[in-house]
Amino acid sequence: MGELIHCQVCQEAATVHLTQIANNKIHKVHLCENCAQSKGMTDPDLFSLEDLFSPTSGFGLEESTADNSIVCKRCGLSSRDFKRHGRFGCPDCYEYLNPLILPMLANMHKSDSHKGKIPHRSIDSLQVSKRVRDLEEELSTAVKEERYEEAAAYRDEIEKLKASPQKGPDHEA
Amino acid sequence: MNINQLIKFRGKLTDEKGDSSPVVISTRVRLARNLEKYPFPGWAKKSQKREILSSCLNAVGKLAEMENGASLAIEELDDLEKQILMERRLISRELMGCKEGAGVCISRNQSLSVMVNEEDHLRIQLVEGGFHFNDLWDVVNAVDSNLEKELIYAFSRDLGYLTACPTNVGTGLRCSAMMHLPGLVLSNQMEKVVRAVNQLGIAVRGLFGEGSDASGSIFQISNQQTLGESEEEILTRLQNVLTSLLEQEKNARLVLLEKEPLKLFDKIGRAFGILNNSHLLSSAEAMKLLSFLRLATDLEILPGKFRRMVDRILIESQPGHIQYAFGGKGTPAERDEYRAWFIREQISTLPILNFDKLK
Ligand SMILES: [Zn+2]
Ligand SMILES: [Zn+2]
Repeated sequence: MGELIHCQVCQEAATVHLTQIANNKIHKVHLCENCAQSKGMTDPDLFSLEDLFSPTSGFGLEESTADNSIVCKRCGLSSRDFKRHGRFGCPDCYEYLNPLILPMLANMHKSDSHKGKIPHRSIDSLQVSKRVRDLEEELSTAVKEERYEEAAAYRDEIEKLKASPQKGPDHEA
Repeated sequence: MNINQLIKFRGKLTDEKGDSSPVVISTRVRLARNLEKYPFPGWAKKSQKREILSSCLNAVGKLAEMENGASLAIEELDDLEKQILMERRLISRELMGCKEGAGVCISRNQSLSVMVNEEDHLRIQLVEGGFHFNDLWDVVNAVDSNLEKELIYAFSRDLGYLTACPTNVGTGLRCSAMMHLPGLVLSNQMEKVVRAVNQLGIAVRGLFGEGSDASGSIFQISNQQTLGESEEEILTRLQNVLTSLLEQEKNARLVLLEKEPLKLFDKIGRAFGILNNSHLLSSAEAMKLLSFLRLATDLEILPGKFRRMVDRILIESQPGHIQYAFGGKGTPAERDEYRAWFIREQISTLPILNFDKLK
């Protein structure tokens, strides 16, 4: 039984404990039930960066002028808009605002690259590039362990895959 | 099925046929998905939202799971109807506030619901009583694969499924369990448990206020991270945490039974007494007392077969349900009177409490 944690807004006993991401850093937020409710943070699905980033929340992001200039060329959302609302405007925002997003994602999640389900539409091209990467690894292990016959087989397969028309969309192998 | 029929019917969480287990009341699996072609709902124009709604409802309507289900436009529902859907966990609080272009499809058994134009274009979620993550994931995964045949999702090789909020990107998978933890609450261990679980990237929320037995001791526990782990890894990790919580809760109950059995029996007995005899009952008090009734079914003070009934009453005595049953109106006092009557009626079929096995 540890010491009592106090609400960061009103000093009552904190009962809601959240991980908040601001300025690309993780902060723990402790609130009492009332303050959490008034900030709309009692429903996990409502855990909204918007609340945390808004100036009234008391945990606002500092305004830095340097990176407010980045704008999504597809939907027009700026990095300033993102900081204000905590939401992106469209799927392409992830690309255009990438410099801002990547360090944040790495802090927020297990890593900054996707593992798991892939839509069928992307599966063919993605599977090819993943297969190529796997084979390249196998190849270098085989070479290291002087299993040259197997290495040759891997090399052939890699070349065949790379020559095939369905290539990864942006694979830089 | 229209909204009135839906409200009248009992669903997966309330029909008393489904599974129930001590400690884990229900589990839910949810996926966030977006269409490649459109801005996210919060940034889309009204006309775009209408297009998104119609193409999503069209695709969702074709799902076998949605046969004879309900397809509802949020702007056509009144506040009370939305409140009831929320209390049944079929829509989120956020969707309640959405106006133009928001909708929801709900399966006939009220287990699967797909929200359209909430924070993301699609929120696919499945909820069931008991501890069932893998089964739920299999169904949601299949539903998602079927939808993907009709809709082109926003997806990037590096970041996975793209979502309006960066907290959901990657798998878009959020799994949560509603857990009943009176043992840990009564033995003042919740604080410690919450802290340990938070360290693992798992969020704990008290549904009705944490930390005291006034809360109903019901907590929602969910994964926070969605990127960098596969769906299976997320599920496994969360299940490991939940299994450990389950053990800790069982252990806390055993310790209470050993060290302070009378204190525990007294709380359960008083809860039963008040529920059987009160004439004014607020929803907070009802929650707190019903929580002890649920504990009684776990400890076989009441037969375990009544656990599902207690879970149903927990849902049906929430403010929206009571107000609806009362005819949509009434003062708060009248509703508290109605709630007290409703619960007295419901539990009148229960046998008397039997503490003998534990003595
Ligand atoms: Zn406070
Ligand atoms: Zn954009």
